[in-house]
Amino acid sequence: LRKNVEDFTGPRERSDLGFVTFDITADILDAKKCMVFFLTCIHLQSIFDWNVKQLFLYLSAEYSTKNNALNQVVLWDKIMLRGDNPRLSLKDMKSKYFFFDDGNGLKGNRNITLTLSWNVVPNAGILPLVTGSGHVSVPFPDTYETTKSY
Amino acid sequence: AAAVAAAAMLSLDFLDDVRRMNKRQLYYQVLNFGMIVSSALMIWKGLMVVTGSESPIVVVLSGSMEPAFHRGDLLFLTNRIEDPIRVGEIVVFRIEGREIPIVHRVLKIHEKQNGDIKFLTKGDNNAVDDRGLYKQGQHWLEKKDVVGRARGFVPYIGIVTILMNDYPKFKYAVLFLLGLFVLVHRE
Repeated sequence: LRKNVEDFTGPRERSDLGFVTFDITADILDAKKCMVFFLTCIHLQSIFDWNVKQLFLYLSAEYSTKNNALNQVVLWDKIMLRGDNPRLSLKDMKSKYFFFDDGNGLKGNRNITLTLSWNVVPNAGILPLVTGSGHVSVPFPDTYETTKSY
Repeated sequence: AAAVAAAAMLSLDFLDDVRRMNKRQLYYQVLNFGMIVSSALMIWKGLMVVTGSESPIVVVLSGSMEPAFHRGDLLFLTNRIEDPIRVGEIVVFRIEGREIPIVHRVLKIHEKQNGDIKFLTKGDNNAVDDRGLYKQGQHWLEKKDVVGRARGFVPYIGIVTILMNDYPKFKYAVLFLLGLFVLVHRE
């Protein structure tokens, strides 16, 4: 699981707005679902088994600011139905949703962690949330962008 | 029409049975009925305690979470305080002043050191987030608005509840038949 990003921030009235472009290379099929008994993995099976209707994938940014101890923002999501190509190779993606902070905590924030996670939606049964392995840390610059180059 | 035919069939048996029953047996059947209702209530309350949610089972009413959930799917919720609200989770929440709970996904959270959290939701099948749905002037949801988090689901089964809501006559017919059945049925 690999992501690369380049970014800049823009001021928006009172709250910081961050712009992130990213690549996602992921092979969801590699992620194996594990049956856990007594904290040991006893049975591995492919994530897309007979009971999986779809995966709801989302790229989320997690960071800390002066205002809030924990912030999580979903930047991008995708529904992957059973039968869809499980290999993702997306380049130069722009975030689907505005990356607004609650306040001005993005400026100079050195540690924004991007992770790819997914919600397994079965045909019937439990709805687990799984986090993909691998994450990327992104720093935001200290100054605002004044030109509208997005 | 089907309900009427079934009721007519049952009423013939019903009349026969009633003639055969004496007062004591009637009281026995009524008590039986009462016990079944109490047990059902206890199971429901028990579920409320175990899950921490005031409504541990909900029916999906709209198509805003398709293709994951469709109208009529049944969702099982928990609302334990130890489970923090995180993005990607499917929450069932109520907007202040509105009765109907909404099932959507958490899009953004901002949590303070002391655990106070405010979050934004969006339906998978909607183009925009839920700010337009919230109360006038309300920009975020808080823990108190949450009925529960969806942990599991079963498709289709909830259609019965929707039918009963949309067609009250159907609801009364079902209740009437159930009542008849329990009162008359011999163990």
